[in-house]
Amino acid sequence: MAFAHKHFISTKVLSREDIDLILTTAQSFKEINQRDIKKVPTLRGKSIINLFYENSTRTRTSFELAGKRMSADTINITSASSSVTKGETLEDTAKNIEAMDADIIVMRHPASGAPDYLAKRLSRCAVINAGDGAHEHPSQAMLDLMTIKEHKGTLEGLTVAIIGDIARSRVARSDLYALRTMGATVRLAGPATMLPPGLDKLGAEVYTDINAAIKDADVIIMLRIQLEREGGSKLLPTKREYAQFFALNPGNLKLAKPDAIIMHPGPLNRGVEISSYVADGKQSVILEQVENGVAVRMALLYLLAGGNDA
Amino acid sequence: MPGLCTILLDNESIRRAVTRISHQLLEKNKGCENMVLIGIRTGGDHLARMIQHRIVEIEGIEVPLGIVDVTMYRDDVGSSRELRPVGKTEIPFKLGKRNVILVDEVLQTGRTIRAAMDAIMDIGRPASIQLAVLIDRGHRELPIRADYVGRNVPTASEEQIEVEFDSSGQAHEVRLLKP
Amino acid sequence: MKTIIKNGRVIDPAQNIDAILDVVISAGCIESIAAQVQPAADDQVIDATGLLITPGLVDIHVHLRDPGYEYKEDIVSGTRAAAAGGFTSVACMPNTNPSNDNKAITRYMIQKAELEGYANVFPICSITKGQQGDSLVEMGDLKLAGCVGFSDDGLNVEDGAMLRHAMEYAQGFDMPIIAHSEDESIKDGGVMNEGPLSTELGLTGNPWVSEAASVARDIMLAELTGARLHICHISSKRTVELVREAKQRGVRVTCEVTPHHFTLTEEAVRGYEVNAKVGPPLRTAADVAAMKEGLRDGTIDAIATDHAPHHIDDKNMEFVYAAFGMIGLETALPLSLRLVDEGVLSLNEVIACLSCKPANVLRIPRGTLIAGAVADIALINLEHTWEVTRQSIRSRSFNTPFEQQSMKGKAVMTLRAGRVVHKEI
Repeated sequence: MAFAHKHFISTKVLSREDIDLILTTAQSFKEINQRDIKKVPTLRGKSIINLFYENSTRTRTSFELAGKRMSADTINITSASSSVTKGETLEDTAKNIEAMDADIIVMRHPASGAPDYLAKRLSRCAVINAGDGAHEHPSQAMLDLMTIKEHKGTLEGLTVAIIGDIARSRVARSDLYALRTMGATVRLAGPATMLPPGLDKLGAEVYTDINAAIKDADVIIMLRIQLEREGGSKLLPTKREYAQFFALNPGNLKLAKPDAIIMHPGPLNRGVEISSYVADGKQSVILEQVENGVAVRMALLYLLAGGNDA
Repeated sequence: MPGLCTILLDNESIRRAVTRISHQLLEKNKGCENMVLIGIRTGGDHLARMIQHRIVEIEGIEVPLGIVDVTMYRDDVGSSRELRPVGKTEIPFKLGKRNVILVDEVLQTGRTIRAAMDAIMDIGRPASIQLAVLIDRGHRELPIRADYVGRNVPTASEEQIEVEFDSSGQAHEVRLLKP
Repeated sequence: MKTIIKNGRVIDPAQNIDAILDVVISAGCIESIAAQVQPAADDQVIDATGLLITPGLVDIHVHLRDPGYEYKEDIVSGTRAAAAGGFTSVACMPNTNPSNDNKAITRYMIQKAELEGYANVFPICSITKGQQGDSLVEMGDLKLAGCVGFSDDGLNVEDGAMLRHAMEYAQGFDMPIIAHSEDESIKDGGVMNEGPLSTELGLTGNPWVSEAASVARDIMLAELTGARLHICHISSKRTVELVREAKQRGVRVTCEVTPHHFTLTEEAVRGYEVNAKVGPPLRTAADVAAMKEGLRDGTIDAIATDHAPHHIDDKNMEFVYAAFGMIGLETALPLSLRLVDEGVLSLNEVIACLSCKPANVLRIPRGTLIAGAVADIALINLEHTWEVTRQSIRSRSFNTPFEQQSMKGKAVMTLRAGRVVHKEI
């Protein structure tokens, strides 16, 4: 057995076999998280650097726990500023980390393509993309798929609606590629200002009416709306109107299949993109996503550090 | 396939070995109260199930059966050439004060058993751990010995032992392969 | 003593010459073009058998980075690169530091090129002081100093009234306005062409409209004011259509295309290739086809490189932060010659787009071999193949997406006023 990739940057390059391996491995690691002693010695002596150029409590904590539960040494480097404003290039930062013999760099970066840039310039270290700009967030996609598969038994033939600011969503892109590879239908929906061109060419069905997107869906993934971002008011008039037309609520949820599950990568804007009745309702699996996130990240760390190319 | 192939145990002799091991561990533990079987994935789990069935036949009691996957506990993660698939550990019972019968097909270096013991100790604190194997082929690298052995087979290190299971998980042949 | 270039295929589109002839140079000027010239004893003879003899090429859009950014390029290294690419004249953009908005800088550029350079430099001055977009430069004085046109290249003149008055004022001095037309508000921070690929890469897109809308405004202002308008580095199909239509209506508009915009599509950006990050962005196959059609039907007047050297430290970073631009002086000729192989243009037309036509746009007295003209000449080997490597490129910078690609066609000798400034035969 081997994992076919040295780095984990995009779900676009993953085959069905790759995704199956990640999900199966994650299922095996999930058991550890339910033990009293949540630690195995698997990655003892491995060093994992969480290099975060963007704030992200959730993803960083999840990767950190994953590493620690496998006995790796995990170090967090958090810099709110980009490498450019910090005065050191990303390449220099990364090469310094590699020179300290780190095994894996987990990177979150506001610039699309930054993990790709890093991977091309490192010789030994593996790179895991923990979210880059509006490009991809592949570990989130894997935990989404794991959660869906646990509930639906399969991914093949499912209809998944992803709703929100698709243009700026790395989660939507990573989910789209992975779900398509596994045989699901993906509907992307949101206000037209948040639907970038060419989504159909990437394999999605595109909707501006979220009721049409929700209709008969097996899975609904709501994305966080960040109206406070610069230029946001050019894209959307108000949160109030967003909630009126693009939020998931008990009313439009009825359009989905009765056993549809509801997901959200977090953090939630309650009352904006998702009503609390739905977020806390029976169909919500949002907290299971978080739980599976740790297992998926353990699997990824194992698959990238557990073998030895040399 | 190059080299020689010798059949060490056939279907019938495997059955007899499992029967003997079952009797021995019932005798040593004075019955099967507090006993649990844990097979090492993969192979040991099938063998453990065979022992479990035999004990039902002898004692009329179904001993709890668990499976341990030792991949996460191996001492060669990240240094062996190949990445090993991580299987699921399924121990759906408490281990405290239980006598664990750890079951594997072939005992050689003892490293797998060491990993399995570590895995079990992380999950709970059993009263004892005993080891049952179908074949002991020697070449120990750790101070570990089996409590119950189907057959001792002196081997050369370059030889291989294969235990073949049928689709229902019954071992039906053990072969020795010489290169 | 004269110099005689013998037995080459002389192509001078300005005179409609395409024949095996000899070129006689005397005192730095073309004396005559004739067959079978008999050299005198003290004449220098250059054998051009198998080579093209063309006017020294003219590039009306380069960035020489001097003064201010000499670590990227300077007038010496930039004109050295020009000569190696067959160019004997370049018009350089004013976004230096300080920017070229005054006579002192203009004179500095011209003189440094005369004294130390390998090609003639014709400075383009900024439209507004410091390219700040709010007050006019001294256009009359700058014209006297040698400036050939006005441009805030790199930046759009966002203020419509400002541009209108610049056109009016420049027209009064019979000078062209050279527009970098991209509406910044529509561009909205875009770093590549907007489309499926920008969506996939998660990069902010710059739609074709940012260029076309701005070009439409600029054309109409030119129409209103009667000014000569030259539009830089057009990239979109719609822009070609706008220029074509404007020319049909008699608007005094010209435009240029870069070799990269008729050679590469946005696919070159895939993999976050920073050397394919240019402004305006590389666009789609349909846009590339429109560039070629525009060249074919004459809508596009000139091929210009937008040679934009950047140091590796300005490029080697995350795509969104990397500087815009690529070098082009040394790859322009072979890339343009591909148009001949593709049947887009004849060889004569390619040479015209690289010599007399751009010279005419800015009224630079170059780009022809007519008797009496300055003897700026390129000898071109059409069959010479070479690889784009750090070693083969003379520019101080090496930001090119054509790295390690094979090129066919090379200026093997370049003469400036009769003097050899580049030679690789």
